[in-house]
Amino acid sequence: MRDEKQAGKGIEDSAMQRYVIGFLSALVLTLAAYGLVVGQVLTGAMLIAAIVVLAAIQLVVQLVCFLHFGSKGADARLHQATFYLMLIILVIIVGGSLWIMANLNYNMMMSPEDMDKYMLEQSNKGF
Amino acid sequence: MSIVAGQEHRVEEHEATATKTLGFWIYLMTDCILFASLFATYIVLREGTYGGPGGRELFELPFVLLETIILLASSFTCGLSLLAARKGLVKPAIIGLGATFVLGAIFLTLELGEFLKLMGEGHSWQASAFLSAFFTLVGTHGLHIAVGLLWVLVMIIQLVRQGLTSGTIRRLGMFGLFWHFLDIIWIFIFTIVYLMGVI
Repeated sequence: MRDEKQAGKGIEDSAMQRYVIGFLSALVLTLAAYGLVVGQVLTGAMLIAAIVVLAAIQLVVQLVCFLHFGSKGADARLHQATFYLMLIILVIIVGGSLWIMANLNYNMMMSPEDMDKYMLEQSNKGF
Repeated sequence: MSIVAGQEHRVEEHEATATKTLGFWIYLMTDCILFASLFATYIVLREGTYGGPGGRELFELPFVLLETIILLASSFTCGLSLLAARKGLVKPAIIGLGATFVLGAIFLTLELGEFLKLMGEGHSWQASAFLSAFFTLVGTHGLHIAVGLLWVLVMIIQLVRQGLTSGTIRRLGMFGLFWHFLDIIWIFIFTIVYLMGVI
């Protein structure tokens, strides 16, 4: 009985630790991304890549520390399976949209400048 | 007999909690897909400022950083409240929820203030495709926060009136999932909309 209680206390302590670690690392990651942009340490594609990586790390930190993602058991496995399914759909939606829209001007046989001109003409007609 | 019945009852209750939590989790996953479409729309339209100002001119990063930290802190207090509830401590759980509500309300007030300021300067959602996409994405997150605040209030009332039952702890757990999930969505709004907007 006493052991059980102590074991329970151990789990609660580690849960508390998880929340504190999660909160502090999320804070550090947020400030790091902010500092990179404001301080202009990096530029261009490198800067964008750096802040996207920081956001991805923070996603994992919050998933593990706050949402207890990755814990064991049948329930947790179902949560993970639906999460990965969502991730696949998300990549198709976001990746597919960006891919198609980036090629739109080309596929319409218009240069971006012609496209802008065409759209301005259309809006001047007052559609 | 009563012990067996009690155990069966507890097992059933545990299964009901697991099933309901999984159902709520699946809702959150579909909500992620909703936000994914809004993010895709925003990224496609972010250059479409129709000659008006873009993110570089409109966004104030220190202000957004403050919003981000407040929301993160509310996510933390929400977690502490849940932890207290699972330990059987009603009062700390209610205090944690109260802190979550106050921080969430400050966040929403700041966000609405930003929206009103933009609209006051003539940069409403009608001004350009970029602003339409911006208001839709950030506004949808804000709407979720508003619903979350209503949920916190209901949870506080339930904890005061019913105390910690398996039902209230389960609903508190689901609220925790919802609130942490909103914080994760905000990280991507912070990164993709605000930080990338000023680069």
